[in-house]
Amino acid sequence: MKNFTYYQPTSLSGVLKVLDEAAGKAEILAGGTDLLDRMKEYISQPEKVVSLVGFSGPFKEISSIAGHPPTVTIGAGVKLVNIAESELLRPYPALTSAAAQIAGPQIRNMGTLGGSLCQRNRCWYFRDEHVQCLLKGGRRCFAHDGENQYHAIFTQGHPCVIVHPSTLAPPLMVLGATCDIRSHKAQRQIPIEQLFQAPVKDGQREHTLAPNELLVSVTIAPKIPPGATLRNASYEVKQKETSDWPIVQASVAYYTEAGGQVAKGVRIALGHVAPTPLLSPAAAKVLEGQEVNEKTASAAAEAAVEGARPLSQNAYKVQQLKVAVRRAILLASGAKPYWEG
Amino acid sequence: MNNSPGDRHDGVSRRGFLTGTGAVAAAAAGLQAELKQATAQPRVDDTNPMGPAPVLLQLTVNGRSLTTHVEPRVTLLDALRNYLDVTGCKRVCDRATCGACTVMVNGRTVYACTMLALEARGCDIRTAEALVRGGKLDPVPTAFVDCDAQQCGFCTPGFVVSLRAALDRNPRATPEELEAAVSGNICRCGTYEQMRHAIVQLCQKGG
Ligand SMILES: Cc1cc2nc3c(=O)[nH]c(=O)nc-3n(C[C@H](O)[C@H](O)[C@H](O)COP(=O)(O)OP(=O)(O)OC[C@H]3O[C@@H](n4cnc5c(N)ncnc54)[C@H](O)[C@@H]3O)c2cc1C
Ligand code: FES
Ligand code: FES
Repeated sequence: MKNFTYYQPTSLSGVLKVLDEAAGKAEILAGGTDLLDRMKEYISQPEKVVSLVGFSGPFKEISSIAGHPPTVTIGAGVKLVNIAESELLRPYPALTSAAAQIAGPQIRNMGTLGGSLCQRNRCWYFRDEHVQCLLKGGRRCFAHDGENQYHAIFTQGHPCVIVHPSTLAPPLMVLGATCDIRSHKAQRQIPIEQLFQAPVKDGQREHTLAPNELLVSVTIAPKIPPGATLRNASYEVKQKETSDWPIVQASVAYYTEAGGQVAKGVRIALGHVAPTPLLSPAAAKVLEGQEVNEKTASAAAEAAVEGARPLSQNAYKVQQLKVAVRRAILLASGAKPYWEG
Repeated sequence: MNNSPGDRHDGVSRRGFLTGTGAVAAAAAGLQAELKQATAQPRVDDTNPMGPAPVLLQLTVNGRSLTTHVEPRVTLLDALRNYLDVTGCKRVCDRATCGACTVMVNGRTVYACTMLALEARGCDIRTAEALVRGGKLDPVPTAFVDCDAQQCGFCTPGFVVSLRAALDRNPRATPEELEAAVSGNICRCGTYEQMRHAIVQLCQKGG
């Protein structure tokens, strides 16, 4: 790892000041579970590292979960374990179960919400110091005709076929989350969908934040009418039960009105299948206004994979994505998971 | 073995032999003076820059205050092993995947290889060396010994720290919960079956 100047600001303004003055030569250090790995591999070589630990204690906005469901704000510095175990977030199993699924206990004790959303992709070509891929100033994406079993299946129009790595992005998308973003001089709010982009060249990241901007918090505010019941769930297909990245992931949220079983306001998001986390309006439309059962869930799952263009080694992910969408919908409805026997 | 600079030992350790006692004692006195000065100085800048040259590092490890100097890039694992001679935590993957470096920071397990040493200042750090109580081996490593739950033993300090942390949080943890608690640890020798026996023993004896 290349050495650097370490900053441990004691206030938010201190963090924003260093970022502003560093003009792109700094990286924010939250839990470090992604950044330190990249620095050891010389993929990232920041001159300055701005730690969030110095002010995350006293500064509540970045380190706490607060609000009243359905509106809850989660600080970007909140650890994955605290999301998984949060009482306030209980109405959002789509998010808490996804957080509880990430890696093993050590990563969940270290990793943060902000780090999960702003981490870099895990493509093995990108992560190899010696490979100059499209995202590192090279001319091509080697995954297109290389080893691509874990890469994107929604590839159309994408010169680089990474999958977005965040397991927290799809649940936050279906829960109607917005991001609070600050820089030295400005503050803005954006729907979480707009936090993500498909990078196509050196200098671009998987998120849209400017180098001097900090993600401060994310607010969940699902749109449901008074008296209605929010239903939501996520489902990940993994190779191993624990300590593994999802191969595919689906998150679902909808509401039902008193006494009714009909799904309304359906939102479905797909994870680990495209360079950005993807909302699937097509799948949501199929489920909208329907009673949720295995048949309607399967129909929505078929719609979710429309337009998939898998690569040479990952057609299997199309089938797995259908399974994930179907199971996430059924889990959200409270149905007994038939797959658990 | 846990012989940090400034400690006295009757035996000669590999590291103690390398460092030489006179130099260590002098360095320790210098460090204490520097530490006093560092804590006395009011902060003038709320951005609090440090490095890139080596900076003073004070850590609380297994209840003892240890000091040294490190560059900002030094991880907690390397600071413990290479600077402070706390060698229970092991370096295997150095990439947050195997768990050999697991230590407790404020009661929660972390991968010490993936945390900067500077980030651990002010925290309560506990390593496998802490799993001795009044000269008696803690029940977790005891169960490992009883059940022959290791081969090369390189992964063991990480596993026992993960289990200790889980039992501290919930002394009535079930075998399933304890297995989940070590899901971030890997044993290359594959001694999992014996570890399962150790876990069952721990649950029967109530941690
Ligand atoms: C073995 C292993 C398995 C993993 N499995 C998964 C998984 O299944 N799903 C998943 O989603 N992730 C996974 N991760 C990835 C990642 O480590 C975690 O998601 C974690 O939450 C990242 O958070 P962090 O705080 O450690 O990030 P850091 O490493 O501190 O930061 C990551 C990046 O985000 C930037 N950043 C951090 N906070 C902010 C902020 N507030 N504003 C702007 N930028 C910010 C940093 O500058 C850095 O570039 C895994 C990691 C490992 C090592
Ligand atoms: S050495 Fe830290 S996880 Fe392997
Ligand atoms: S006993 Fe050898 S790695 Fe676990």
